This record gives sequence, structure tokens and C-alpha cells, in this order.
Amino acid sequence: MAEGGKMAAGSGKMAAEAAVGQVVLPGDVLLLPARPGHDAEQLPLGSEAAPRGRLLCGPGLRRCAAGLLVTKCGLLRHRQPGGGGGAAAGGAYWVDSQQKRYVPVKGDQVIGIVTARAGDVFRLDVGGSEQASLSYLAFEGATKRNRPNVQVGDLIYGQFLVANKDMEPEMVCIDSSGKASGMGVIGQDGFLFKVSLGLIRKLLAPKCEIIQELSQLYPFELVLGMNGRIWVKAKTVQQTLIIVNILEACEYMTSEQRKQALAKLSGN
Amino acid sequence: MRETPLSNCERRFLLRAVREGKRLDGRQCYDYRNVRISFGPDRGCCVVELGRTRVLGQVSCELVPPKPNRATEGILFFNLELSPMAAPGFEPGRQSELLVKLNRLIERCLRNSKCIDTESLCVVAGEKVWQIRVDLHLLNHDGNIIDAASIAAIVALCHFRRPDVSVQGEEVTVYSPEERDPVPLSIHHMPICVSFAFFQQGTYLLVDPSEREERVMDGLLVIAMNKHREICTIQSSGGIMLVMDQVLRCSKITAVKVAEITELIQKALENDQKVRKEGGKFGFAESIPNQKITAFKMESAAVDTNNVEEQAEEIITKADPPSEVFATPILHAPGTAQIGEGIENSWEDLEESEREEEVEEEGESEAATSECQRMETEDTSTISKDKDEPIVLSDSEEEEVVILEPQEVPNKTRTQTTSKQENTSKKTFNKRRRKKRAAR
Repeated sequence: MAEGGKMAAGSGKMAAEAAVGQVVLPGDVLLLPARPGHDAEQLPLGSEAAPRGRLLCGPGLRRCAAGLLVTKCGLLRHRQPGGGGGAAAGGAYWVDSQQKRYVPVKGDQVIGIVTARAGDVFRLDVGGSEQASLSYLAFEGATKRNRPNVQVGDLIYGQFLVANKDMEPEMVCIDSSGKASGMGVIGQDGFLFKVSLGLIRKLLAPKCEIIQELSQLYPFELVLGMNGRIWVKAKTVQQTLIIVNILEACEYMTSEQRKQALAKLSGN
Repeated sequence: MRETPLSNCERRFLLRAVREGKRLDGRQCYDYRNVRISFGPDRGCCVVELGRTRVLGQVSCELVPPKPNRATEGILFFNLELSPMAAPGFEPGRQSELLVKLNRLIERCLRNSKCIDTESLCVVAGEKVWQIRVDLHLLNHDGNIIDAASIAAIVALCHFRRPDVSVQGEEVTVYSPEERDPVPLSIHHMPICVSFAFFQQGTYLLVDPSEREERVMDGLLVIAMNKHREICTIQSSGGIMLVMDQVLRCSKITAVKVAEITELIQKALENDQKVRKEGGKFGFAESIPNQKITAFKMESAAVDTNNVEEQAEEIITKADPPSEVFATPILHAPGTAQIGEGIENSWEDLEESEREEEVEEEGESEAATSECQRMETEDTSTISKDKDEPIVLSDSEEEEVVILEPQEVPNKTRTQTTSKQENTSKKTFNKRRRKKRAAR
């Protein structure tokens, strides 16, 4: 935190590498390392001046003249380049923050609630400031004649095709090859609840301990939307409620507390 | 901002859970959520938490002329606000149907039950009376606003102290808290609302419904009662027909709940009074539970630190002594310099080890022999030695590398110290060879 204090006292500028894992505040400027032989006033010509890869600027950050401008407070995170995924060949920076309000991001897979059927599109509540639209043709195998059976109030798991701050977000339930790949209408049973976005990101991280430990208890179905919504279905109402309560409590539990709680449950 | 719609699966699940006698937070049908009362730094300010529903109550007073038809009575004023902070569905500054309904219910519960002696609020009949204003703000909405608001209102009124006044002839003096201790309001009894949610035309009954239970319920019954089992207000909404037994059962449950809550309020008021008298810490900051968000926490791997010292000593005693350190800079080539030779990799090509050897020789101030001459002698020695002692090995550099290989391959990724060891072992080997050469 000594570094954070220094940052606040100074001009708010610091190297992006040095701030990784630290708390950043809105208005801080993160300086990116200058590329050797790269002059701002010179056009990058020839192969030597070509950037090594594109740098991805994640949530909570914005490009500015000096580097990256922080727009949310939280912990700065960084992913090294070459971790798979061609888009982030130059690595990625983002701010991990605690919030509940979802802002649509292109490519995010979310759970929406159908609020209306307007002509050939459905209106979906995804928890954002505006409702998303979903064409009835954006389902696997849907044609003009063969419409999907979607009622108002149903849950739909889909991903954002368009998520722009000036435009209505648009969702689809198929991937680029036209396959459903898990997306579509979620079954009529089960229960939907909401958790914070930070917890959802933790649950969606590969090899998440919480999910692995829960799966030892008994079989259940789980859908995690990036908008903080979780749909759970287990065999009985009681079992579903247990999963719901554990996942909600995970926000404030340490891993030891969670393990104790789960041990108590599996003992019964 | 729109209210988040309720999905079909939530509705179906909640109704199924109600039929099975289960609730989302693990309560039984007749259980009340935890009530927490905390007081602010000022008199007449409190926050009441009912589960995750939070209501802030603030009482203020003012001297005003009385209403002409009630010249000797003070004025009580209640105002409940639903801000968008509580739930995104609420709009600021708009009198929604729900808000009007809740405000009416609060007024009926607290003013019409005559729980506060309004005549004691009169200062000069027909001229000056106290107006007590109770502002209630919903901070978070998780169902059952009316119960939380009614508790907050009565707690804030009990906690409030108005300035003392004295009348001498025509003159009215209002004393500041320093001059005279402020006086509490005279409260006859404490009416508290208890809500009941009905499902399937009154077949199932839940006490203290949460927000989602309120959204799927068929009807609502609110009973306001004091601890003397006097019903202050009763209101049924939702348009369901209730059986008489059901209403009687509700009133019995209400009596139990009201007794519990009244006791809690009295305990909270006593605690606060004690803390204030003793000069301890009080206020909202002291009563906020310390919850830590663990979502971003990274746990460090557990390391066994039981016998670290013994292990470390063992490693140190087993290790070879470190190589001599050359404090003087060594010039490899024009424009380069090196001090010491700490972490140099021993896996170098032949030329480099040769150069190292050369440098060492210079450092030890041996007689400098030219490179080509040495090469010659080496060559002859190999030939001659091969005949005498074939096993002790030749001095050819290639073979030296081959001998060291099986040892060093797994060591390649070791730390600094091991690479130093390798360096030393190699150096001793070189020295031995040099001695041999000198002997010759």
C-alpha cells in the first residue's frame, strides 16, 4: 500500500507494470513501456517499428495520450501475452472491482429474462441500463417457419453480439458456426438468483475451487451468467436452496469457512 | 430504471417451496428475520435492519402555531421515502401507489393509535406547539418495508429528546442542551406492525415475507399491535377471502412477535443510554458488521515451515565451500568488465572455459605462456600419457565435458548456489590439471 500512497500524493502517474496487483483509483494514469525505437511523432514504418502484439484494454481502463486512464477503483490485473487467444497477443490489463450493476460487453455470455415479444425480436432484461434484443432467428435451427418456443418470463442464456454504449445491445444464442453450444432457453425448473460481478468472475475462473467442492456434494445443474445471475437446479427444492445459500455466502467466506460449511453438509 | 422482472422459473420455484414449507433463507413459516437496531450519533436517529431491508429513521422538531381546531395539541408528521438507492425500480420524487399505501399505514399505526401524548407537546395554547417530524428513508429493499418502517419510527421517537422550554408570562424560552437537559417525548405504548403473506387463497401463510415472496404472494395482512395485545391497525390487501380462524391465528402470532420486538427495542435503547452515559463509542460506524469481500482474495500456497532451520543447516553443511571471489574487475574484451564470477553458467562452450582458465592463470601470476605453445604441449602430453595411465584420462576438453554431463544435466535449473558448486568443482578439476602440467 506504500506504493498506492505514493501514487495518490504524486501526480497519479505510474508505470503499468509496477501497479499490477495494487489498488488503482479513477483518474490514475498508467504509463505503458515505450517501445524501443518508437517515436510518437514518427509513423511506424518497416518491420522493426511494428508492435509485437495488440494490448487489450479491459474493463475499468481507457486509452489516453500518456497510456491508460483508470476509470474504476479496484485492483489492477494483468495477463501475460501468449496465454492463448489471438486478440490479446500483447497481453491485457483490467481492473478487478466490486460492483453489482452489469454493463454489457461484447462476447459476454449472460442470462436474460424475456420481458416482451415485439414482432420478430424478443426483449431481454439482462440487468444493464437498457434491455437487449434477441432475434428469433438467432437460435440453432430456427427458420422463418420454425420459431423457437419462448414465452415472456423465460430465461435465455446467450451472448452479446453488439454491446455498444450508444446502441441497443443485441444478443444471439448461436456461435459463429451456427451451433447452440450450450446457449438457448433454460428449462422451466430450477431457481435464479443474483450475486456480485466479482463473485461471478471468481466462479467462472478455470479450476474454481468453489464449484469443484460443491460438485462433490450431489449432482446439480448450474448456469453462470457474466451479468451476475446464476441459475441452479438440483433434484429437490432443499438441495437447490442449499446450493443457492452457499454460493451467496461465498462472497464473504474464506476458503476455510467454506470447507467447514461443506464438510458439515456432506456429513448430514 | 425498470424493475427487474420476475422470471417464470423463480415464480414456480417459490410457490413449490412454499407448498413444501421451505423458504429461501432457511426460515420456517412463522419465523421473523433478524432485527438489528443501531443508533446514530445524534438523538432521534436510528437504522433498523430487518434481514437485508434497512430503514433509516430521523426525528426532528420545530415550534409552530397549532391547527385551529386542535389548539392544545402538538403536531405529528410522518414521511416515508422510497429512493432508487433501495431498489432500482423506485423513482425519486414520485408518489407511487405503494408509497402512498405505506405512508397511510404508518400514520394510522402511529398517529391514530395515540401512542404519543400530543397534548404534552403544547407550549402556549393556540400559539405555539411542537411539531414532531419523523422522516423514514428506505436504504435497501428486501421485502416487508412496513414492518421495518414502523419499528424505525417508534425507535426513533423513543430515542428522541426535544429541547426544554419554559414559559414566563408572554415569554417563551427554548433552552439549548447545555443549559438544560433535553426532555424525552411521552410515549404511551409502542405499536409495531407484523405482515403476513398468503398463498393459494390463504392456504399457506408466511410471516415477514421477503421481496421475492412478496412478488408471488396472493394477499397481505398487516396487523399493528402493542405489547398489551391491543390491536392498533389491521389491514388486508390483495383481495383474498380469509377464514376467521386464519385471522385469529395471525393475531396470536402478532402478539408473540410484538412482545419479542418490544423487548429488543427496550434492550437496544438501554444499551445506547448506558454507552452514552459512560462516554463510550456510539454511532452507526460502531454497529456495522465487519464483512470482508473474499472474491478477489488469492490464497498463498501452504508451506511447511516446521523444520526449516534444520533443513537449511543440513544443506549448508553438505554444500561445498563457495568459490573465491575476485574483487578486482576482469576484462573479457575491450569495453566489457566483470567483477567476481557469481552466477556464471558452467554450461559454456569450450572457448569460454578456456578463457576463464587463462584469466585465472593471469590472476595467479603464473608464467604466461602463449596459447599455441600450450596447445602443443597438451597435444604431446595426451599422446605420452595415453600409454602410461589410460584411465586417469587425457586432458582433451571434449572429454572433460562428457564426464561432467550425467551429473549436470538434472542440475541445469537449480539455483545460484548449485551453479556455484559446479563452478568450483570444475575449477578444482582445472587446477589439478594445471598442477599436473607444471609438474611435467
